[in-house]
Amino acid sequence: MSNTKLTRRGLIKTGAVAGAAGLALPTYLRADGHAGFLNAPTGDTVTLGFNVPQSGPYADEGADELRAYELAVEHLNGEGDGGLMNTFTSKALQGNGILGKKVEYVTGDTQTKSDAARASAKSMIEKDGAIMITGGSSSGVAVAVQALCQEAGVIFMAGLTHSNDTTGKDRRANGFRHFFNSYMSGAALAPVLQNAYGSDRKAYHLTADYNWGYTTEEAVRTSTEAMGWETVNTVLTPLTQTDFSSYIAPVLQSGADVLVLNHYGGNMVNSLTNAVQFGLRDKQVNGKNFEIVVPLYSRLMAKGAGANVKGIFGSTNWHWSLQDEGSKAFVQSFGTKYGFPPSQAAHTCYVQALLYADAVERAGSFNPCAVVEALEGFEFDGMGNGPTLYRAEDHQCFKDVLVVKGKENPTSEFDLLEIVEVTPVEQVTYAPDHPQFAGGSLGTCNPGA
Amino acid sequence: MGLNKKDVTLLIIVAILCLFAPFILNPFPEGSAMAQFNAGYPDLMQRLVIFGIFAIGFNILFGLTGYLSFGHAAFLGVGSYAAIWMMKLLTMNVIPAIIISVLVAGLFSLLVGWISLRRSGIYFSILTLAFAQMSYSLAYSVLTPITGGETGLQPKVNDPRILDGALAAGETPRANLFGLQMNESYEMAVGGWVFTFNAGYYMAAVVMLIAFYISIRIFRSPFGMMLRAVKSNQQRLNYTGLNAKPYTLAAFVISGMYAGLAGGLLVAMDTQVGAERMFWTASGEVVLMTILGGAGTLIGPVLGAGFIKYMENIVSKINKSILEQWFAFMPDGIEDLLITLVYPFIGKGWHLTLGILFMLVVIFLPGGLVEGGQRVGRLFKRKKPADDKPDGRTTPAE
Repeated sequence: MSNTKLTRRGLIKTGAVAGAAGLALPTYLRADGHAGFLNAPTGDTVTLGFNVPQSGPYADEGADELRAYELAVEHLNGEGDGGLMNTFTSKALQGNGILGKKVEYVTGDTQTKSDAARASAKSMIEKDGAIMITGGSSSGVAVAVQALCQEAGVIFMAGLTHSNDTTGKDRRANGFRHFFNSYMSGAALAPVLQNAYGSDRKAYHLTADYNWGYTTEEAVRTSTEAMGWETVNTVLTPLTQTDFSSYIAPVLQSGADVLVLNHYGGNMVNSLTNAVQFGLRDKQVNGKNFEIVVPLYSRLMAKGAGANVKGIFGSTNWHWSLQDEGSKAFVQSFGTKYGFPPSQAAHTCYVQALLYADAVERAGSFNPCAVVEALEGFEFDGMGNGPTLYRAEDHQCFKDVLVVKGKENPTSEFDLLEIVEVTPVEQVTYAPDHPQFAGGSLGTCNPGA
Repeated sequence: MGLNKKDVTLLIIVAILCLFAPFILNPFPEGSAMAQFNAGYPDLMQRLVIFGIFAIGFNILFGLTGYLSFGHAAFLGVGSYAAIWMMKLLTMNVIPAIIISVLVAGLFSLLVGWISLRRSGIYFSILTLAFAQMSYSLAYSVLTPITGGETGLQPKVNDPRILDGALAAGETPRANLFGLQMNESYEMAVGGWVFTFNAGYYMAAVVMLIAFYISIRIFRSPFGMMLRAVKSNQQRLNYTGLNAKPYTLAAFVISGMYAGLAGGLLVAMDTQVGAERMFWTASGEVVLMTILGGAGTLIGPVLGAGFIKYMENIVSKINKSILEQWFAFMPDGIEDLLITLVYPFIGKGWHLTLGILFMLVVIFLPGGLVEGGQRVGRLFKRKKPADDKPDGRTTPAE
């Protein structure tokens, strides 16, 4: 039925059949051998691995990521309206696949568990011959799969991962991140918070008790303290907590007048709902209105928290209501295909897929080391985030960060956030060896051969 | 070897299956539509035998004593963490890592068992579950400096590794057995087939055979007999003046060490540990494996482990476009209908498929896959009922 999937193995097979003419002569080769790098595509197709959470807490984001990847593959193969390929400043992509090879893909379920994610990525690399792995919706998974790709010798294009560590202490030469990070959230939010709430505030942090929570709390605390805020207390909350009332009650006694919720996903939905139900936002403390801040927003979270998000500040990587050409083109082509606007997870995954394809075209090779070289220091525009740089030192994208606020009068279930400010990239740029990112080294690229 | 003829045959069969797994698991030619169902790639083969070890160990506790531990993943996780720290601090050679993982898991299970075994039945299960969830939560958050928290641990270029020489520039640390890298494979192309022989897999398979042999010896020993006595009637055992606790504790520690061994091997094959390895669903999984395969039987848990890991890795990767390929030859309406019908059971729906199969097995084959095999066997040959089993079949463990 389908003999179209020609891989490295396919070629070996053909060779063996031709040579032996029915005689089963075993040929011995080293697994990661003879083409200079692992899983070199030999036929007229190339296989990409889309490793997204299809079950577990981030299944919604995973589903949206997969939609974005399918759209990206369509556009790369020259079907559909071309999407962001029309607005992307690099014109290397022709719409005839990558380097003339038709793009095919395999999918897997990360389950938002690093073990499952690695097993799934390994099967893509070992069984399906994937040349690049991308996707994921948590930093734990991103770091684990990134390390695997480094060991195996394929490129990893991170999906939604916000922890500093992905391009900080756990950075790898074969891994790249387009999404923004905790530090950028803090740096982007601080000036907006200062304008809105003044520089004489007392903040109380509730932080999800895991890696991403720590880096986000540190980033927000450092940035807000730099502009004069005082941090009254920071409290860690278990990741599995669903009722935050016992954590909210002490906030009122602490004398704090701002509550920062370093929570993501269901955690944030519950903690914010609890805080609003406790009437925190109607309180007056130190003669000022009590305020709540959520460092990392996503549309799916805003949807979960409903009316409680109204007027609450946070940051996001991208939002579909942006009016630049790139964003409009992406919303247009995603909306036509699926009937609703894309989430930020979808956007970052789509862009990552295109960036990889473009890097291969420009490098003229699928060799991971050539791709790394093509992506390092690459400057581009037209992808919805304004001018963007893929920094060579840590493989992190530097671009404008959006500060958003829960909309007071949403017009639809997707229109929940409004953009307050687009923080320019200079404000969120940091040195590669910034203390919050220290302790990592990229190493050298690994082509797997 | 101290085995009777039947057990020797079983051991040899398992050995042959392990040896030829790369062939057996790759029945379909590359590039054919059925190649989707091939499982003969290194990662999955390694997982099949490693989780086989885990289930064999669990079965020593559950199958023999009837104590249902719902927290066995904790020992797997503790073993894994011990192993990765050995690799980070000492050497990337897998031998010290595996040894230390067994020891650490053994000590931890001694502690957990000593406390949990004060109760039996459901209370024992809940206690073990509590310990496992506690370990998970600790590893995920409080112990982040030791466990890496959410991001877990991986070997890094700048780890000390005091026994290893310095790495050449640009080289990454890789798990090895005296220089033989665990991810090294040879591929053999025969006609349309490609078979992969992986060093790590064969090492894990050898360990699994040893573990299987030890398990047979335990099953057939007087000690195993005592454990069975605990299962059938602990009260009666107590009234005869025997203290059952040392036996159950020993069984608990042995099965904890098996779990640690599996954890150490997981790290040896794929140098990464995450706290999710200790989550309660992971503990539940090994219970499923054992029951699905046949609790109290020798080979059952291995079959169950293989079955579940196969479903997880193969069925979860079938996506809509593959379905469209399969049914492409049908008329449009029927194609769409079939895709709509099958779609919920593949990809992210693999849990659903597994659940249904599990229900079917429990309802129709209470003895697990082993009973299924025996029934099929009986269809083909009529033989006289064995003396000690009047109805000619192995009574399944409850």
